[in-house]
Amino acid sequence: MAGSADLFAALIELADDQLILGHRLSEWSGRAPILEEDLALSNLALDLIGGSRNIYTYAGLVEGKGRDEDDLAYMRLEREYLNCLLVERGNDDFAQTMLRQLYFAALMQPYWQAALASNDETIRGIAGKAVKEMAYHVRHSAEWVIRLGDGTAQSAEKMQAAVVEMHPFTEELFTMSEAARACAKAGSLPDRESLRAEWSRTIASVFEQALLTVPEVRFPQSGGRQGRHGEEMGHILAELQYVQRTHPGLTW
Amino acid sequence: MYSQGLIGSDSSTDETVEFLAAFQARIDAEEKIEPNDAMPEGYRRTLIRQIGQHAHSEIIGMQPEGNWITRAPSLRRKAALLAKVQDEGGHGLYLYSAAETLGVSREDLTDQLLDGRAKYSSIFNYPTLSWADIGTVGWLVDGAAIMNQIPLCRCSFGPYARAMIRVCKEESFHQRQGYEILLTLCKGSAAQKEMAQESLNRWWWPVLMMFGPSDGESVHSDQNTKWGIKRFSNDALRQKFIDATIPQAKVLGIEVPDPDLKWDDSLNDGRGGYVHGPIDWDEFWRVVKGHGAMNRDRIRNYKKTVDDGAWVREAAMAHAEKRAARKLAMAAE
Repeated sequence: MAGSADLFAALIELADDQLILGHRLSEWSGRAPILEEDLALSNLALDLIGGSRNIYTYAGLVEGKGRDEDDLAYMRLEREYLNCLLVERGNDDFAQTMLRQLYFAALMQPYWQAALASNDETIRGIAGKAVKEMAYHVRHSAEWVIRLGDGTAQSAEKMQAAVVEMHPFTEELFTMSEAARACAKAGSLPDRESLRAEWSRTIASVFEQALLTVPEVRFPQSGGRQGRHGEEMGHILAELQYVQRTHPGLTW
Repeated sequence: MYSQGLIGSDSSTDETVEFLAAFQARIDAEEKIEPNDAMPEGYRRTLIRQIGQHAHSEIIGMQPEGNWITRAPSLRRKAALLAKVQDEGGHGLYLYSAAETLGVSREDLTDQLLDGRAKYSSIFNYPTLSWADIGTVGWLVDGAAIMNQIPLCRCSFGPYARAMIRVCKEESFHQRQGYEILLTLCKGSAAQKEMAQESLNRWWWPVLMMFGPSDGESVHSDQNTKWGIKRFSNDALRQKFIDATIPQAKVLGIEVPDPDLKWDDSLNDGRGGYVHGPIDWDEFWRVVKGHGAMNRDRIRNYKKTVDDGAWVREAAMAHAEKRAARKLAMAAE
């Protein structure tokens, strides 16, 4: 059985991924290329933020220090956020946003699928909802990656540029921290490494239809799972935490 | 979010007297006019302008509220605000669809917005400066919108009336949500209550202006009333709004910034109502004509969104054409 400290840390990795990616997607609100897509991006963001609330709440219970979802989401220092670097990358353009979503969801769909067999009832509950959402995220983002990859010359160029830019951040999706490893061993959470083949198949199939090539990555980027983030993370937190930090300890 | 007293419509029309009388008879019998029915050109033009203006208000209205999505103070508030702004986008979508039944495209309407031919509600040219503004916009701006839109659920044009029924249900939820944000602030610390009061001070008068100029000055009201597009006067709706809102402010324990506000037993056919102080119509017209705090930003931001998305829309079209061509080629084999 993994200790509660391991389960707490592994849950924080999951919740932070969802919160930060949800936050990034929410930045598109009112700015998407098509009104219908504005609504769709908000749906994706709401799934992720909603999921993060459940995971933070459970992490707070596991920790047993009385922290609730907002204490965990808003009142930590940058180094204490354990999201991977991929999800914090800024919204360069729509191609990069959809690709980031595909990279993330193509792992998380099989991840939550595997988590349905967890020996932890709360995690099974969270997984039951998330697995359906992630299947939709894969479908939606894959459709866009294909449309843009096999659209105009300009969109194909932007799509391939996004691949070159973002692919170095995909390796960290499979990073297994000590905490995550302990939880995988104990049977409470899936092993990310075991899902790599499925992720690669999904990406290869989408890229084939999108006429994209997978670049060779000699120097993968990582650090988020150890709390070492990119420069953009501080700006995300400055906005996210603004009200809570300005007026601490109040009810909103 | 909502339509304002119509600005600058042209309801002139040159159909025959018989045609207009027959059309008027249908309106008077409370029949719904549907997209394929014969209708005076002035009626069509007025509705395109009003529905378009209403749709644009929903779309531009996403900006001031969207301004706080990334800074919402709790996860629950963040999700609720994101969903609310998404609802506004959804309202824009139904309304553009309703306008399209009258023979105008969403793209044309968008062009009219961007080049200034079409207006949107003056209220969205004010900035959202504090978290309390998200509460105030929900409570007062959506509250005023509901007052304006409930009569539109009975509008003579079927698609608009039906869109309004759904929109009103969602707005009413937003209004309660906004009020609940303010209730939480007013029950909180002194700084939170001050934030709520400061917000009300800034929004109160602009919200009263949302109902449009006094009826004496509103030139299009008569024809629109005859055509069943407008059911109540601007002043009557404003009065209803004030009478409903003042007791809610009392529950919050904050005050509207109107030293002349007083109860008058003789109003509303002897049921009583509030008399308000003078509204600064110079400010209203200044903002409507493009000189409010946020007019330039709102249009510039939206133009950037439309421009930045052009390559995505082109790619989607190109991809759809390629797919269709491939399908055709496969069928021919």
